[in-house]
Amino acid sequence: MPDHRSGQMRDTVGRVQFHRVAQHASRPVSISFDGEVIATREGESLLAALLTTRGSLRQHEFDGGRRAGFCLMGACQDCWVELADGRRLRACTTLVEDGMAVVSQVRQKGDVA
Amino acid sequence: MSSVVIVGAGPAGIRAACTLVEHGLRPIVIDEARLAGGQGYRRPPPALSLDIKRLMGSEYGKYEALHRDFDALHDKIDYRPRTLVWAIDGNMLYLISDGRPSTQTFDKLILATGAMDKVAPLPGATLPGVFTLGGAQIALKDQGCLIGRHVAFVGSSPLLTLAAKQYRQMGAEIALIADTTPLKNKIRELPTLAKSPRTLMRGIAYQAQALASGTPILSGVTSIAIEGATRVEGVRVTTASGRERTIACDAVALGYGLKPETQLADLAGARFAYDALFNLWLPVTDADGRAADNLYLAGDGAAIGGADAAEASGALAACAVLTDLQIAVPISTMQGLRRTVSRLRAFQRGLAGAFAWPRHMIRQLPDDLTLCRCEDVSVGDVRTAMRREFAPVEINRVKAITRCGMGRCQGRVCGPALQEIVAEAAHCSGTAAGRLRGQAPIKPIALAAGSEP
Repeated sequence: MPDHRSGQMRDTVGRVQFHRVAQHASRPVSISFDGEVIATREGESLLAALLTTRGSLRQHEFDGGRRAGFCLMGACQDCWVELADGRRLRACTTLVEDGMAVVSQVRQKGDVA
Repeated sequence: MSSVVIVGAGPAGIRAACTLVEHGLRPIVIDEARLAGGQGYRRPPPALSLDIKRLMGSEYGKYEALHRDFDALHDKIDYRPRTLVWAIDGNMLYLISDGRPSTQTFDKLILATGAMDKVAPLPGATLPGVFTLGGAQIALKDQGCLIGRHVAFVGSSPLLTLAAKQYRQMGAEIALIADTTPLKNKIRELPTLAKSPRTLMRGIAYQAQALASGTPILSGVTSIAIEGATRVEGVRVTTASGRERTIACDAVALGYGLKPETQLADLAGARFAYDALFNLWLPVTDADGRAADNLYLAGDGAAIGGADAAEASGALAACAVLTDLQIAVPISTMQGLRRTVSRLRAFQRGLAGAFAWPRHMIRQLPDDLTLCRCEDVSVGDVRTAMRREFAPVEINRVKAITRCGMGRCQGRVCGPALQEIVAEAAHCSGTAAGRLRGQAPIKPIALAAGSEP
C-alpha cells in the first residue's frame, strides 16, 4: 500500500482539478483544508470549493489512493470527507458553511477518535 | 383525502405533481436535492453567473417551462426538498432531512427517482480527475466548473458529444471523444432512430460540430485505459483498426448510457425483469406506470426514455393514480400520453442498441482491475471466489463473500459490470446470474438517525 503521507504531499504540489467558468455573486465564506484557509462563496458545494484549489479530496480507506469524487450527484458516495469536529459529509451535495475545517487523513487504527 | 406522495422532483415528478394539482389533489413532493429539476434540468444556484440558456441550447424552452410550472405549484403542494427517502416498509416512508429523521405514510406512491450514469470499470478509473459523464455536466450546471481544461469524453453514449459540445462552449479543450461502439452499429439502428428525427438531427449536428472543431472522434475503440500515477494524465485507446493511441488530458468524463435508480422501487415491492438490450434488471410496470398495489413508477427511474418521456410518463402515472382513486381523467389525454411515452422509449431502445454496453470488453477485463470502488474489490477477487469449491453462482452470494457491491454506493457503480463478470465466470446469462437486491438504507445515513423511528 502506498504511503499515504507522501501521497498527500504529491497532491498538495499537484494541479487544481476544477476550473471555474462562472462566478458566485454571493457572500464570501471561509473554510479550511488541513489548516489551509480557502476563500469561497455561499452556494458553492464543498466539492467545488476544494477541487478548485487542489487535485483531490481524500485518501481512500482501502486502496490508499487519492479520490476526487466521481458521480457528483450523490449516488456513488466517493466524495465523503471528514471535518475536524468529526462530522462526515458528502462533498458534492453539501454547501460550504463558514468555518468548515476539512481534514484529509482518515483516522488510522489506534488514533484517538 | 388520500395522501399521494411523489419521490423525485425532476421532469417526471414535476409533471406528476402538476397533473394531480390540476385535479384538485395536494401531493407531497419529496426530493433529495436542494433545488427542483432533477439532473438534466438542474437549476444553477441563483447567485451563479451561468448562462443556462446557452448551455441548455435547444432544450431551454422545455427547461424554462418545467421550472415555471413547478414554481407555480408553490402553495398547492407539500414540497420537501433536501429530504432523502432511505427506506420503505409497507405504506411507510422513512425520511431524513438535514440529519433529522421522520416518517410519512402514503396511500399512493409515485416514484420518479431518475437515473445515473452506467459505467464500466477501466484501468485508472479511480484516479482523481475521472468523473461520470453526468457528473461532468453537473459540475458545469450546478457549480459553474469544468472538470478539467483538456477533457476526454469516453464510453458509449450519444451524450458524449452533447457534453463535449457544452464543455467546448464553456472554454474547455476537448482532447478526445472515444466510443466503444462500431460505426456500423449506429448505422444499423438508423431506421429506429429516424422515428424521432429532431433528436437524431441534434445528435448528428453535435457530432459534426465536434469534427469541425478538430476534436479527434474515435468510433469502435476496442480498449480504453486511463493513464497517470496519481491523477489523470492521458487516455490510451486501441482504435478500431488496431492501432494504439495515447492522448494527453487532465480529466475524463465516462459514460455508457443511463441506468435507472431502482432501489426504492425494489423496497416498495416492484417486480423486476432482465432486459437483454440494456443488460439491466428493470422494474416491470403496465403502460401507465403501475408496478404494484399503490405503487407507480415514472421517468428514467422506470425505463430510460429521456427528459421528454419523463415529463409524459410523470403525467401518465398521475393519471393512473387519479383513475385508481375514481377521479375521472379524459381517456384521450391518457391515450396521447401513452403514445408519447411509448414512442420516446422506443427511440431510447434504438439508442441503447446503437450505443451498446461493451459486454465482451467487460467480461475480458484483467484480474487486477478494481471493480468495486467502495470496497476495493478487484475483478480477480470475484473470479477467484467463484472458482472455489461450493462457490457462489448467484450475484447476491458473490456480494456477501467478496463485498463487491456492499459498500457505500450499494452496487450503483459496480453493479452492471459485476453482473457481467459473474455471468462470464458462471458460464451463464445475465438473467441466471441473478439480481443485486436493494437494501435499506439506500444511501449512507448516520446510525443515530436510523435507530430513531
